[in-house]
Amino acid sequence: MSTTDVATAEPAADPAPAAGASRHRGGGLGRYLLVRFLLIFPTVLILVTVVFVLMRSTGDPITAALGGRLGPEQLKERIHAAGYDKPILVQYWHYVSGIAHGDFGTTITDHRPVTQVLTTFGSATLELAVYALVVAFLIGIPLGRIAAARRDKGPDAVLRVSAILAYATPVFFAGMVLKLVFAVWLNVLPVAGRATTRSILTMKTQGAGTGVYLIDAISTGDPAVVGDVLQHAVLPAVALGLLTAGVFLRLVRTNVIGTLQTGYVEAARSRGVSERRLLRTHAWRPALVPIITVIGLQVAMLLGGAVLTETTFEWKGLGFQLVQYLLARDFVAVQGMVALLAVIVAVTNFVVDVIAALVDPRIRY
Amino acid sequence: MTADVSVPNDTPADPADIPVDALPSRGPLWKRLPVVRQLRTSVGLQRGMLVTGVVITAIFLVTAIFAPLIAPYGGSQLRSGSVAFGAQKAPSAAHLLGTTVGGYDVLSRVVWGTRTALLVMIAAVVLSIFLGIFLGLVSGYFGGWIDRVLVVVADAIYAFPSLLLAIVAAIVISKGQSSMWGGILAAAISITVVFVPQYFRVVRSEVVRVKAEAFVEAAKVIGTPPARIMVRHVLRNSVRTLPLIVTLNCSEAILTLAGLGFLGFGIEPSAAAEWGYDLNKALSDVTSGIWWTSVFPGVAIVLTVLGVTLVGESLNDLADPRLRTRRAAGRRGARAAVQSEVDVVEVDPLDAPPVADEDTSTGRTGSHDETTGGAR
Repeated sequence: MSTTDVATAEPAADPAPAAGASRHRGGGLGRYLLVRFLLIFPTVLILVTVVFVLMRSTGDPITAALGGRLGPEQLKERIHAAGYDKPILVQYWHYVSGIAHGDFGTTITDHRPVTQVLTTFGSATLELAVYALVVAFLIGIPLGRIAAARRDKGPDAVLRVSAILAYATPVFFAGMVLKLVFAVWLNVLPVAGRATTRSILTMKTQGAGTGVYLIDAISTGDPAVVGDVLQHAVLPAVALGLLTAGVFLRLVRTNVIGTLQTGYVEAARSRGVSERRLLRTHAWRPALVPIITVIGLQVAMLLGGAVLTETTFEWKGLGFQLVQYLLARDFVAVQGMVALLAVIVAVTNFVVDVIAALVDPRIRY
Repeated sequence: MTADVSVPNDTPADPADIPVDALPSRGPLWKRLPVVRQLRTSVGLQRGMLVTGVVITAIFLVTAIFAPLIAPYGGSQLRSGSVAFGAQKAPSAAHLLGTTVGGYDVLSRVVWGTRTALLVMIAAVVLSIFLGIFLGLVSGYFGGWIDRVLVVVADAIYAFPSLLLAIVAAIVISKGQSSMWGGILAAAISITVVFVPQYFRVVRSEVVRVKAEAFVEAAKVIGTPPARIMVRHVLRNSVRTLPLIVTLNCSEAILTLAGLGFLGFGIEPSAAAEWGYDLNKALSDVTSGIWWTSVFPGVAIVLTVLGVTLVGESLNDLADPRLRTRRAAGRRGARAAVQSEVDVVEVDPLDAPPVADEDTSTGRTGSHDETTGGAR
């Protein structure tokens, strides 16, 4: 994603992108960040266009949402009022310029601006994604290290198969099994939702009102509320986090094995540094740098996974809401939310690239 | 180990100089088929993983093909004779895995579901291969502004959550409801939208590399038309990594299909059995402790994806010299010390051509894996 595509987008067309990237390595950090930043715009524009073209090819959204409920005359009126009878290019221009001004449209079913849907439900999704990332870090990275250290031995084999298993299990099925075991059979954790009604009330009256329940719960100062919020978060976080944990495990394993084979590690080994120390001080840190980049890609995956996880656990976030709009055939809402998610993904990728560039000075154009 | 020794005739004089079209001249065909070849050359854990994957995949395929013989009832059957199955019945002799909330037989749904999954998988992969190869070939070969536009578009789509894209595509194609073939095709096309950028990227980067080869230039010099160069010379040398992506994408196709079904945008239950839909309907059962409606279709998904992924993963590892050769050397232990030279010569050219990744192919002359692998 980072080096090659920009090399080809460079004015000087280059037959081999890799060669182009290395030639431009002299470019400074500022230039790199600028190019990365400017790339956000075409990315968002393309995604928004793709979604617009796809969605509009089904016909107008008013008929889709209200087709059964309104007469043809009323439908026509509504379509005209919303401007869906104008030429498609005009509509496209309106849509894109609206987005440029931060207007992602208004939902048909409940007449809310899409940006408001985001501010209402975004915090829940953010919270879930952060929990899942924490779970993924806690499980994936140490286990990946173990797998690399005990390469081709028993633990490695078990861990690798577990990682594949984590990939092979759809998040919603993982969620259902977790629910079945911990919420129904063992009855130790709540089945669904983000908090009990009582906790939500307490947070509403005494909390900080950020929408991120953990912060709200802590701000109430009531340990019971904090415990309740955390309990509700365990199963969704694990269900969603396991998937990413598998990715991290494999990545860490491959990277550590890779760095263990590099020249400087070999040199240290020949000086008599112990294998344990080689892993801990020489091969470990450099192996972690690529993970930063992968987290960027994982954000997209987490957002997709969040749609499924939120539906499984009735976690009222963006994904849950998106599915509600989907089922209501409110395609304006869907289109707006997808476009908004495109912006989030593009911006996250930019941030991740910036961090990666700051951490690893070799990443430049 | 023994397999290596038994196929010395598979080793070409110099693999680097022989394009893929020269492959048929080496040994019997079945020994060179992607999976068979790896089965013969793998060892130890990798072989175990590959064999497990192949076995699971084979069971999946057999179940899908012989679904009418295996399943006790039809996938959308609600009654036998005039007696309805009843909803949420626990596993019993009449219904080995119980019945769903909708009154379907769980075992039959699971068995027929393999067929749906297989059809969607094939349709999705075939569609995306054709589109991806075509776009990658055109983009990589001609370059210029088409190339730049396509690369940026593919990257943008690639970075986006694939499930969301598939949802949008599913809305467009089927508006959410459909017949069996319509539903299967809709699901397949939705998945295709997600996959095409991947195939495009791989094929394009290979084409860009192959295009610079001397034999392409030679073909140009003697006046071969571009279409012929593209198909005969460039394309056939650019699709070597595809078997790998195909296996990995097959599993992703099943997961995407299940995800679409779970969200209610898959295939209608009366049209065809689909695991994701069944899991969606089983969501409320879980809360009341009814486990059989969710566990069995879920396990079916997990096993299928696991099988296909194990095959793909093994192919991937065996294709990557860093992951393969050292492993083989380690496994072989003392015997390798004596035989190592023979082994290296025989193993490397065997594996390198069909599924080698960019690393081995860029270092064409250095197809002796230890050196290329270590250098990275």
